Amino acid sequence: MRQFIKRLRQDKVGLVGCIGVLVVVVIGLLAPIIAPYSPEQMFTKHTMEGPSGQFIFGTDEFGRDIFSRIVYGAQVSLKVGLIAVGIGATGGLFFGLIAGYLQGKVDQIIMRIMDVFFAFPDILLALTIVAVLGPSVTNTMIAIGIVFTPVFTRIVRGTVIGVKENEYITNAVAIGVSPIKIIFKHITPNIMAPFIVQITLGLSGAILTEAALSFLGLGVQPPDPSWGVMLDSSRAYMEFAPWTILFPTGAIVFTIFCFNLFGDSLRDILDPKLK
Amino acid sequence: MYTYIIRRILMLFPVLFGVSIFIFIVMRIVPGDVAMTILGTDATPEALEQLRKDFGLNLPLYEQYFNWIGGVLTGDFGESMRTGQEVLPDILNRFKLTFELTFLSALISWFIAIPLGIIAAMKRNSNVDFGVRIISLLGVSVPNFALATVIILILALAFSYSPPVGYVGFFADPLKNLEIMIIPAVVLGTSMAGAVMRMTRSSILEILRQDFIRTIRAKGAKERIVIFQHALRNAMIPILTIIGLQIGTLLGGTVIIEQIFSLPGLGQLVLTSITQRDFIVVQGAVLFIAFVFVMINLLVDILYSYLDPRISYK
Repeated sequence: MRQFIKRLRQDKVGLVGCIGVLVVVVIGLLAPIIAPYSPEQMFTKHTMEGPSGQFIFGTDEFGRDIFSRIVYGAQVSLKVGLIAVGIGATGGLFFGLIAGYLQGKVDQIIMRIMDVFFAFPDILLALTIVAVLGPSVTNTMIAIGIVFTPVFTRIVRGTVIGVKENEYITNAVAIGVSPIKIIFKHITPNIMAPFIVQITLGLSGAILTEAALSFLGLGVQPPDPSWGVMLDSSRAYMEFAPWTILFPTGAIVFTIFCFNLFGDSLRDILDPKLK
Repeated sequence: MYTYIIRRILMLFPVLFGVSIFIFIVMRIVPGDVAMTILGTDATPEALEQLRKDFGLNLPLYEQYFNWIGGVLTGDFGESMRTGQEVLPDILNRFKLTFELTFLSALISWFIAIPLGIIAAMKRNSNVDFGVRIISLLGVSVPNFALATVIILILALAFSYSPPVGYVGFFADPLKNLEIMIIPAVVLGTSMAGAVMRMTRSSILEILRQDFIRTIRAKGAKERIVIFQHALRNAMIPILTIIGLQIGTLLGGTVIIEQIFSLPGLGQLVLTSITQRDFIVVQGAVLFIAFVFVMINLLVDILYSYLDPRISYK
């Protein structure tokens, strides 16, 4: 861990990404303290006002403070990102470990099922699943989680197959260590590097997909504050109130940019082969 | 190589079969009564029953699946539950637009990404390299719907211009067609360019470190020859991988872009049908897109084996 922090400090670009991610996380966690107003509070006498001392990012068509909505939007994005990636990573770890360790027919069946999911563009698969489940925050997280499972499965499976070839695993099998113990005690810790890298990159993908689904009206539903919802609802009058579009766009780009910077740097540190 | 291609094509069948089952099941577990969603809550029981009969919704699930897939294999994707129009002609008609948009976007992204990626690799750690890396990372980080919205905003505020609505085929009026398609294609292409740029840079850097490049340089070859004749060809495999994957992303991206620019393409059809719960259209259109996606991946795999013959023997 100490070596990791040392290498991260040497990588200036990665450090900037890491600080950016931390800023978003802190904003999300401290939203009730940072945001001056409730995200749903309407100031009906101040609709579509430009940035001012009272409303630093201006207000929207209902007179809601855009800054407060962006701050609470960070909470929504992080929540959706973390839970969706959590679902995808858990599913991927489960299926990837089984497929990679057992190989043979089980591997064939699992990977052919994953191939079916790979046959869809991500956003289309997410859209289809949300269409079935109905638009809501929970269903958005489930849909994105399902979309991400095959990617994690493929990465875990590939790494497990590589790790399994090591002598310490052959020795563990030879002395009769149980498969469960081999998988969790000897294999899992050794596949963590690419897995963690994928989690970081997956977070930016999940936040992006949530924003896209919400933008299309199939993700987070108004009046909940989501950056995608904010972009969608401001399109109608963006020419008269450009701040309603620019600030949520800035929030999305900043967050994804920082996650990508951090993810790239993490990949270089944890998995130098991929550099 | 031919054996490899045939084997690869044969592998498509189970995947497409799985895709069809997945879409079919997903569309059948939509909560609520589809007939009632289509006809409304005040529809008579007779009308509801008639609709279920017309679309075979009263049959057992396996029978519904075989009827549908049998139709698909003979080119009959069924009829829209809303408009009564045949689904396949509508899909094919709209696919022209989606294909053009995807193709134009891909061209734009390659035009931007591959030269910049090569330049960044050649001038590694210089200001140019740093600039290209930042641009590529921004490209990956700016969502296409946000970029589209900002571009529309800039065009409206700075030039009082709003992109034309509707669609005219390229052969009917090439200029009008390009006027309609160019902004959406630039938006989609720019979003894709970041990933291709990153991959081009890192793949070329990887190849430039190899011994054979040192030998070629030692023999006195010009840098242009080293890059274009040797490094680029060898770097093409990972670049092609990302291009293949990105074309799929572009196809998905068209769903959003067509919606923003009011383009009547396949993506818009999927989205409208999802909101209208017209599942016959959704399952047909999604199956069609998955088929195109799988075919693109097949094409990329075949190109691999052409670029690197070792792949066919694995």
